[in-house]
Amino acid sequence: SLISANTKCHWFNDTQLSLFRLTAKRPFSTSHSSVDSEEIKRFQLLAHKWWDEEGEYSALHSMNDIRVPFIRDTLLSMSHNYHLGNPLSGIKILDVGCGGGLLSEPLARLGASVTGIDPLEDNIRTADRHKSFDPVLAKRIQYKSSSLEEIVEESMETFDVIVASEVVEHVADLDMFIKCCSQVLKPEGSLFITTINKTQLSYFLGIVVAEKIMGIVPEGTHEWEKFVPPEELEHLLESNGFSVKTVNGMLYNPLWGSWSWMENTSLNYAVHAVKSGAQEQSGPTDAQSEMDIQQHSATAGTAS
Amino acid sequence: SSAAMAAPCGRALLPPLSPLPPLSPLWARLRPRPGPRTPLRTAATAPAQPLYDVVVSGGGMVGSAMAAALGHDIHFHDKKIALLEAGPRKEYDHMPDSYSNRVSSISPGSATLLSSFGAWDHVCSLRLKPFRRMQVWDACSEAMIIFEKDDLDDMGYIVENDVIMSALTKQLDAVADRVEVFYRSRAVGYTWPLPSHSCDTSPWVQIELADGRRLQTKLLIGADGHNSVVRKEAEIKNIEHQYDQSAVVATLHLSEATDNNVAWQRFLPTGPIALLPLSDTASSLVWSTSHDHASELLAMDEESFVDSINSAFWSNINHSDFIDAAGAMFRSAISLLKPSGTAVRQLPPSVAKVDPESRAMFPLGMGHATEYVQHRVALIGDAAHRVHPLAGQGVNLGFGDIACLAHHLSAAAFNGSDLGSLKHLLKFETERQRYNVSLIAATDLLKRLYSTRLAPLVLLRTWGLQATNALPPVKVRI
Repeated sequence: SLISANTKCHWFNDTQLSLFRLTAKRPFSTSHSSVDSEEIKRFQLLAHKWWDEEGEYSALHSMNDIRVPFIRDTLLSMSHNYHLGNPLSGIKILDVGCGGGLLSEPLARLGASVTGIDPLEDNIRTADRHKSFDPVLAKRIQYKSSSLEEIVEESMETFDVIVASEVVEHVADLDMFIKCCSQVLKPEGSLFITTINKTQLSYFLGIVVAEKIMGIVPEGTHEWEKFVPPEELEHLLESNGFSVKTVNGMLYNPLWGSWSWMENTSLNYAVHAVKSGAQEQSGPTDAQSEMDIQQHSATAGTAS
Repeated sequence: SSAAMAAPCGRALLPPLSPLPPLSPLWARLRPRPGPRTPLRTAATAPAQPLYDVVVSGGGMVGSAMAAALGHDIHFHDKKIALLEAGPRKEYDHMPDSYSNRVSSISPGSATLLSSFGAWDHVCSLRLKPFRRMQVWDACSEAMIIFEKDDLDDMGYIVENDVIMSALTKQLDAVADRVEVFYRSRAVGYTWPLPSHSCDTSPWVQIELADGRRLQTKLLIGADGHNSVVRKEAEIKNIEHQYDQSAVVATLHLSEATDNNVAWQRFLPTGPIALLPLSDTASSLVWSTSHDHASELLAMDEESFVDSINSAFWSNINHSDFIDAAGAMFRSAISLLKPSGTAVRQLPPSVAKVDPESRAMFPLGMGHATEYVQHRVALIGDAAHRVHPLAGQGVNLGFGDIACLAHHLSAAAFNGSDLGSLKHLLKFETERQRYNVSLIAATDLLKRLYSTRLAPLVLLRTWGLQATNALPPVKVRI
């Protein structure tokens, strides 16, 4: 069943979902990836809809209103010299699962050098075409059709910041994903994630209401099993050498099409984590040294 | 000799496009606004034309202030702004001794905006006249209302338009690396982008200038006056109404020097006459009256002109015994209920002579655009709304538009947003329409109410004025 062109209100991004099901090329993944040709077709249809602010991706467009300030202000608070006219100047950002470039472009406008990767070539084509009209963006953003694993070797410790927004709920092997993030991130670099929690509420609102009752999201788009609770995400981050700094709940109001922050993380939420400056941990450590490392990375994060 | 109230605006050389059906704001929220019609482009244009972040069309007080405000905004530090002005660059190096006949009443809020980018200091160092009090009264009765601030603050400032332009030009020069001013440049054509660019056409607004140069911009701000070309080309419907009135302006010299810090306005049946202080010995005249009377005033010799002015302010010829009695009765009723509710009437100054060559007239009208914004387009100043000068609000509404739009654009720039996106433009529109519509409607209503000698209406406005004068909360709101 194809997505109706009239859907406007989306509580959750249904787009980049199956992208990471194309995991056939992952060398280290132990999970079985299913390449669903129906899903691919659906996304190729949608590959041209990215930049319609009132279309299928309107919720992602309006999510910029909270995720861009979140990233910007977090990075500003960790930096010592910046210019308010060009706040992210000099920062190298990797946008994983960039889709049509909805998040890459605002970050680049704020001065960052952005590399956007997405497994679906059509998405990259759309993103490339859209940035081409603005010479400033064309220079600051590079798009690549690729999965995260594929760029690890050539990009070891290259990026100051990684942004993985509305992506991890579609990743087959989350632990591997986070390991790769750690590998391409510089020490004390920041990782920003936004995703969906796995709760009764997210099942009810996100699957039952959105998909089955209101038909806002096409049926079968989301797999509740793949939603990620913040506790699990935090645990995976910490065991891969990250220190989790912030976890914030997010709420979408379908009536006004706008996002806001909330305490409660039972639906959508955002995470900011910092890669430790010390050597990476490769397995579970005892509580004492974990605390040491957390303390070290906490102070390291502020002493740049 | 008639001077336009607004900045010089470009004249469209393109034939008028057929209008689209208007959208009500409710629908606009539920489905995308249709943009204006676009000519089809089959191939992507070569990106050779310079691309600006913001282009302001119209270099009058409002357009120049908009460009200066953005140019001085910290979040626009790396942005490119252009200002298109049809006229030549004027040098304001030294002010002539005589006052210009085009002046504006600047509210404290507008002064705050101008000082936010350093222009107010220049105004103060040139010349301006603060006033503490406004006395407004009726020709048909004794009713009067006095506005003044309790804390001895200035209510407003009378500033010549040339002084404001000089200050703005200085501040534009200060940010010349960010703001490029194109003098003698009139836009003759605009090409609008489609709202959702899924195709190969350029997403920007294309502007063609009279000399053939082309610019592209992410956001076009129309500040080109009440006959706005931007508004017409964007096919935004304008509700407009020509009053049967023209305003006569002149620079007057008073009979004797006085602490000239009161603005006077008297409502005659033919229209309000206002005396705005310029210095202790000079005042500016704004007399709104019928077209015929205005032409007469311009044609008559200077002595007769001065006599007409004095008579307009002093004569009681329009009083009727009935109204006087009714007014007096109401006033004593008020003084029983609220002893401080009647004020001391001050006497306006009398005029001795008029500056030769300073008389001019221009027609008056009212206008309001149904929409202030569209995808990549915003209207400010008289392009969006035009009012009768009786409230002294015209340019202040424009400065209010600037403060609001600059605030939203600054936030959008700091969020890395596409500056032409409707999302923040609609916020500007909602905020300003709410404020402007009520003020324009009130001004229009006052104008109509005071244009008559009919006893019931005179009584109504007499009592209304007296009651308003007695009620501080209402006065404060005004």
